Amino acid sequence: MPAWLDDFLWTYQNVVYALGINGLLALSMYVVLAVGQLSLGQAAFMGLGAYSSALMTLKLHWPFFVVLPASCVVPVMFALAIGVPTLRLSGVYLAIATIGLGEVLRAAYLNIDYVGGALGLSGIPERANFWMIYGLLAAAILILWLVGRSGIGRAMEALREDENAAQVMGINIGAYRMGALLASAVLAGLAGALSAHVSSFIGPNEYGFEPAVTILSFALLGGIGTPLAPVLGAWILTLLPELLRGFSDLRLVFNGLIIVLAVLFLPNGLLGWRMRRRAA
Amino acid sequence: MLAQQLANGVLLGATYALFALGFTLMFGVLRVINLTYGFYFSAGAFMALYLTRLGGLGIWTALALAAVATGLLAVALDWVLLTRLRRKGAPELASLMVTLGAVLALYAGMTTFLGPDIQRLPPGLLGTDALVIAGLRVTEAQLLILVTTGVLVAALLLLIRGTRLGLGIRAMAERPDTAGLMGIDTGRIAALVSFLSGCLAGAGGVLIGLNFNAIQPYMGEAMMLRGFVVIIVGGLGDIRGALIAGLLLGVIEVLTAGYVASGMKEAVAFAILVGVLWTRPSGLFGRAVVRRA
Amino acid sequence: MSLLRTAGLTRRFAGLTAVDQVDLAVAEGTIHAVIGPNGAGKTTLFNLISGLVPPSDGSIHFAGQDISQLPVHRRAGLGMARTFQNIRIFASMTVLENVLTGLHARLDGGLGAVILRLPGFRRAERHAVARAREVLELVGLADQAENRAAALPYGDQRRLEIARALASSPRLVLLDEPAAGMNPAETDALKALVRRIRDAGTTVLLVEHDMGFVMDLSDRITVLNFGRRIFEGTPIEVRQETTVIEAYLGHKVAERLARRAAAS
Repeated sequence: MPAWLDDFLWTYQNVVYALGINGLLALSMYVVLAVGQLSLGQAAFMGLGAYSSALMTLKLHWPFFVVLPASCVVPVMFALAIGVPTLRLSGVYLAIATIGLGEVLRAAYLNIDYVGGALGLSGIPERANFWMIYGLLAAAILILWLVGRSGIGRAMEALREDENAAQVMGINIGAYRMGALLASAVLAGLAGALSAHVSSFIGPNEYGFEPAVTILSFALLGGIGTPLAPVLGAWILTLLPELLRGFSDLRLVFNGLIIVLAVLFLPNGLLGWRMRRRAA
Repeated sequence: MLAQQLANGVLLGATYALFALGFTLMFGVLRVINLTYGFYFSAGAFMALYLTRLGGLGIWTALALAAVATGLLAVALDWVLLTRLRRKGAPELASLMVTLGAVLALYAGMTTFLGPDIQRLPPGLLGTDALVIAGLRVTEAQLLILVTTGVLVAALLLLIRGTRLGLGIRAMAERPDTAGLMGIDTGRIAALVSFLSGCLAGAGGVLIGLNFNAIQPYMGEAMMLRGFVVIIVGGLGDIRGALIAGLLLGVIEVLTAGYVASGMKEAVAFAILVGVLWTRPSGLFGRAVVRRA
Repeated sequence: MSLLRTAGLTRRFAGLTAVDQVDLAVAEGTIHAVIGPNGAGKTTLFNLISGLVPPSDGSIHFAGQDISQLPVHRRAGLGMARTFQNIRIFASMTVLENVLTGLHARLDGGLGAVILRLPGFRRAERHAVARAREVLELVGLADQAENRAAALPYGDQRRLEIARALASSPRLVLLDEPAAGMNPAETDALKALVRRIRDAGTTVLLVEHDMGFVMDLSDRITVLNFGRRIFEGTPIEVRQETTVIEAYLGHKVAERLARRAAAS
């Protein structure tokens, strides 16, 4: 790595890491929105990934190349527990259940001593790095982009527009919904593990309501036309509080307002990107 | 003692029912998942806090004023956020998202301006002696909660079942388009329902603030989880279900805290939520319509 | 042999029996119409057959298979397609993409093939596009392929929906009021199209209010009222069943048909 890049990363490393992690989280939201459902479990899944991976490293002493993929297991289990029963129900149920999940887990982390209680887990060795985070982000964007430009991508857009018409075409709505939710859990779980292993500490209050809604604001700012769009939304909303100092106190207020504006006035995302999907 | 725990549980459950009632009313009548509801809860509590602390008012007055003020706040906010969506016939998820964004902004704003610390109502609002009724200890605060909840619920039911306005509400809940065509002013009804829900949430906030003697901006958020459990177990839009589910949840929560562990309360509530989703998503009385259209 | 057969098919909503013990038999290679006044249960019948609504009672058999409980998306794979009364094309996609979604049931490529862009995937996409263009040619929309579906005029949107339904070469296509909102010229073109569809080997089951359209096209007609089947027969039989004509087709139409019969 060239010296100037090294220096740059050292000075701004938290921001750079945050951009990558938030990018992954934005994609985690993107996949569920792309099939027309609303899950707010990304922060909760991230927390599960962070905590489970930190425990694997700290208590089980597993090497990171095992810990990273293993960090998806617990989020996926929770995704199944909530996702399966809500598949056939109105989308409101999934949304509500995932909001509740974050709240419940926060209380759990606070009360269980094994995971550090209110103090969280500290002393997590730095096993992840810039290349892992951005490599994974780039791979995820590429895969989602390839999927988007195919029959699967068309099916997803059809589901977004009109569920019943899509089903009549033979699109298995249940499979797509569940697939999207599981992909969301995997992406968020990985983000959690990576995040835990670049910042040596994780705490119970980092994965609750506010981050969950903030992740939604990433996707609503950027739009979901292409996988790049929500990532862009995440980057803007991550950088703004850094660039505008007086801003950071009102960051959450701003994120909330973005969602309100996006839903009321600009359902295609404030950046208005749309997938120009040509058939192969 | 078990009977005492049950009594405490019922009282806690009464506030949960009160909270969930407004929420389920908004959904049943307006087809709106209104998450700012949690904010109204906190707002009511803070209003009562300032009314008693700065205005020196008694608790009953403060409660009434806070409830009404929250109701008016709710009318204003709901009008800003939801009118446009209702006119466009937007799906329920749209109202969920817009109120989600709004409540984040509102909570964060409240925290910035009022501070994140837990505040307490001024002492001496109520007598600290506990009354003993049928062998059970009941504090004056708990009695206040019980009476207020009872009165509000009774008033609400009376309104809905016994008045012309209530008929309009029920008509709008069943068939919003037809109700409009029959000359029912849906805008006015929507405002009224917002007002009622806001009042119920505000009152609930004051009561919970009293019960636990803790008021802080995000208190509404913790309630939302209870609210979700209650409305899903009771059935979305089902008033009777919300009442019963609320009471049940209160009892279960107190019993869990007492006999298992206090830290398990939320986990148990959430487990019930997930359990109901798996087994009987249409709620206690099976009246909620849950399938995708 | 009946391609589609319902027996005692019933659907009850709270307080209303929308479809009441309906027996329907659609012979393969024919054009079969379902008519009846508004509220007779026609669209509910279509929803039952396509699976969007579960039956309260009775059964549905397609190509000999009992599909009464089969999920919606599996019926497309068996060769059933439909259009909707209130056009439900995917507005933000292009015309071509809309038709491509109609091919979904035939296209199922694995996730791996998609991501790795394996030759099998590329080939399948090419064939799909070719087939989609073919169908657009059939309905006369080939020159609109790249336009956004929402930008199409009403009549073209209807044709697009039909194209989408035909893309997968279904054995049976359900057309829900395909002539609604069309002028006489468009209606004639539609009639010709439906005949071409039948001649190409697809069975057509349609719901329509335009009586001239129905009478000219159909091989067989089923008449519903209040959810019950009140008559079934050839157009000539239905025409002559005076109670049907007067009560359900209206007095004016009855006169018009009588005049036509007298003239021929």
